[in-house]
Amino acid sequence: MTAPVLDLRGLSVNYGGVFPAVIGVDLAVRPGEIVGIIGESGSGKSTLAHAALGLLPKVARVSGDRFMLAGNDMLTADRKTLASLRGPAAAMIFQNPMTAFSPVHTLGRQLRDLLWRDRHQTKAQKRERIVKALRDVGIPDPAGKLDAYPFQLSGGMLQRVAIAATLLMRPSLLIADEPTTALDVTMEAQILHLMRTLRDEAGVAILVISHHLGMIAEICDRVAVMYAGRIIEEGPVEAIFRSPGHPYTQALLDCEPALILPGIGRLPVIAGEVPRPGGRGCDFAGRCRHAEERCRCGAAPWQALRADPGHHARCHRSAS
Amino acid sequence: MITFLLRRTGLAVVILVIVAILLFLMMHMIPGDPTVVALGPRSTPEMREAFRQMMGLDRPFIEQLGLFLARLAHGDLGQDVWSRRPVLTMILEVLPYTATLALASFLWAVTLGVLLGCIAVVHHGKWGDWLIGLVSIAFVAVPSFVVALYSLLVFAVWLNWLPAIGAGEPGDLAAQLRSLILPSFAIGLGWVGYVSRLIRAAMIEAMGEDYVRTLRAYGVAERRITYRYALKQALLAVLPVIAIGFGGLLTGSVFAEIVFTRPGLGKMTYDAVMSRNFPVVMGTVLVTSGLYVACMIIADAVTAVLDPRVRSTL
Amino acid sequence: MATDVASIPAPPIAGEPGIPRRMALTFVEVVSHPLGAIGVLLVALIVLTALMAPVIVPYNPTAISVKERLADPSLTHLLGTDQLGRDLLSRVIVGTRTAMTVALTSLAVALAIALPLGMIAGYGPRWLDALFILLFDSISSLPMIMLGLAVVVLLGPGVSTVILVIVLYSVPSYARLVRTQTLSLKTRDFIKAEQAMNAGTMRILFRHVLPNVVGPLLILACLDISTVITLEAGLSFLGLGVKPQIPSWGNILSDGFSVIRNSPVPVIAGGVPLILATIGFTFFGEALRDALDPRLNPERKP
Repeated sequence: MTAPVLDLRGLSVNYGGVFPAVIGVDLAVRPGEIVGIIGESGSGKSTLAHAALGLLPKVARVSGDRFMLAGNDMLTADRKTLASLRGPAAAMIFQNPMTAFSPVHTLGRQLRDLLWRDRHQTKAQKRERIVKALRDVGIPDPAGKLDAYPFQLSGGMLQRVAIAATLLMRPSLLIADEPTTALDVTMEAQILHLMRTLRDEAGVAILVISHHLGMIAEICDRVAVMYAGRIIEEGPVEAIFRSPGHPYTQALLDCEPALILPGIGRLPVIAGEVPRPGGRGCDFAGRCRHAEERCRCGAAPWQALRADPGHHARCHRSAS
Repeated sequence: MITFLLRRTGLAVVILVIVAILLFLMMHMIPGDPTVVALGPRSTPEMREAFRQMMGLDRPFIEQLGLFLARLAHGDLGQDVWSRRPVLTMILEVLPYTATLALASFLWAVTLGVLLGCIAVVHHGKWGDWLIGLVSIAFVAVPSFVVALYSLLVFAVWLNWLPAIGAGEPGDLAAQLRSLILPSFAIGLGWVGYVSRLIRAAMIEAMGEDYVRTLRAYGVAERRITYRYALKQALLAVLPVIAIGFGGLLTGSVFAEIVFTRPGLGKMTYDAVMSRNFPVVMGTVLVTSGLYVACMIIADAVTAVLDPRVRSTL
Repeated sequence: MATDVASIPAPPIAGEPGIPRRMALTFVEVVSHPLGAIGVLLVALIVLTALMAPVIVPYNPTAISVKERLADPSLTHLLGTDQLGRDLLSRVIVGTRTAMTVALTSLAVALAIALPLGMIAGYGPRWLDALFILLFDSISSLPMIMLGLAVVVLLGPGVSTVILVIVLYSVPSYARLVRTQTLSLKTRDFIKAEQAMNAGTMRILFRHVLPNVVGPLLILACLDISTVITLEAGLSFLGLGVKPQIPSWGNILSDGFSVIRNSPVPVIAGGVPLILATIGFTFFGEALRDALDPRLNPERKP
């Protein structure tokens, strides 16, 4: 089995030494794998993504047993090393493609600037590569788009350009933060198709962050569910959606509009809010229908669920 | 684009007409013989008579106003009551001096201001940023004529490095440039502070944009992000303000021209005020506000040409 | 459904915690910023000097003593003397009083004119608003110093001319602020409720609009003090401001400029207090604005 592109063991991120955002996360993403992270806002998934890019603000403290990105130890890396890893080792595409590009520079200029590391190439060679990448992601008249400004393209087109940038860069890991949330349904399908192509043809490992379960189910091989800074369930995508092992995952699935049975009178909601990470006991206990005394006193251990290999959850009930 | 400029120009003309009417009213609102009001008690009867003729003062009020505006529309700003020379000719003679001075101050303001602003952004949140912020506000606050006086004192009187008076002999470019340094610095200093604060604020805003995150996520160097992206966006945002400021620099020259005894629009206005030469004052006031309004239109036009977002909407 | 008009709360006219307490809090916030601390210190120095001027002047600021002309600073004349042998320290002290008197008087007059004008523009009929705005724009497009020169040539130099120039220059910007505030208040519910109850326009303007407009207006005026001081000193420097025999910073500078090659002392004595005053009031005004109403900062959205 090949070494993981991203390998986290017991990773924690702390803001200013006081506010934990990510606690003891174990996660491995292997080459050619698409892994999804789902969770509400405030669950720590964005912090995790930014940590993988080495883009956390200065007040953030990262600690853990292992934090490897494409064979580099991120725990000991200085800012310069981190910067040198962004691009070749990991890159990111963002939720809103409309603001992801500078409004006052042409797209060609911005894509060329992303290729700044390839100093041995001439402008013309870079231009050729960029045009090819734009054509590969299905942008009509790619050469003409080099002189276009972002506002002249639609959101879907811009997200394609963002993927073209990844294609040019060929990072080992691509982090996609809500890549389709700002797009309409047909665009979403096309973008997901492009991401799959990226994985199949360039062997890029992809970490998708979303609270959009339909999209996760569609594209991911494995899914991790985050809640209050911890991963509370992880496993193959079919297993998680078929038989969720944690009540929180179950609740998330119940809330997904696409999965709600027609005729239900009231839309289900999860009452309450995500608590501050780092509490005693199970973080979900306060909102859980099945909460018992042991849930409030001590955190459940990370345990394998028997039905599917590789399916783990952090719940007292799934243990018994 | 054309219609946009036409509309702005139309508004500018309306504003100028109102300015002219205000000046005209001001002359009439003051009690007493308007010729004495305008020319002072020491003016000779012949001068008063000439002024009366020029302004049509013996006709009804509205007719006077119409006459006055009609003259202005033909580019006739009246005559100097002492020398009888056309005011427009006099203005055109000295305008190049003032324009050069304003341009030089503009260069100070933009180069030093952008430089300080960039340094502040790079040191954002540290003491360097704080210090530049403090100095910039101080630059804005200090009166330009005090800067002119003190730079004259230090560099011309004490150190004797640079000339204290004049604009240099025509044809002697080196002398002209040397005599430009101190006055342009004095006028430009306040704008240095202003531009540096604007650039700093605009760059900090730009650095918070999503696309900066994209660039960072692809490992583009921070230096390149700062100077190629944030600075460009900041310059586009600040440019209109600076261009309007150029209009202010044109008129801020009064003090520098007097302290350094330079020919120019400001010096001419001042001399005219001292000799109660009202037509000349009126002419220079109209021309300077015309230039000021023109700078505003140019500012809009420049933004429209440089900013791709605005360009596409025209 | 009957809406009880009286139950719609009017906005707090003055802060709930009580005005003195709020002022104290603001003061602490202003001083806690280094900028504000320097500003407060300088402003206090200048205001105190202005108030105490008659008590603390060592000599008669207008007493000429030809024997002592252009004396360097010494124990008898701490700042030396000018070309007529007048004690510069005394002139600077009385000049402080002149500067503050002119600045505060003209700002008060400008505010008194701008408030009603702005409220009429904001609350009155559309056409009147458009007319006022055009007028304000026109005056604003007159460069300040040129406007000053035009007024001086007609009225002749003097304190009242200086005040008039300052008023002409500042009324448009103040009135514009009042107008914008009034316009935004006009659409708020509590004003609509008053209108529904047929409250008089005057009542609405004075009870509801005025208290909400005064705060930002005072901040703006505070930021303007240094410009106004500069304008007065500048006109006086040109010999077009307060009469030469009245001590003012501009006059000291003007006298000093004519002898700058013989002695730098008068120019320095007249310029330094002017610099301290403009910097002090600017720092103070900026800190006050940041403490009370950061939205007024034009640099927030350039």
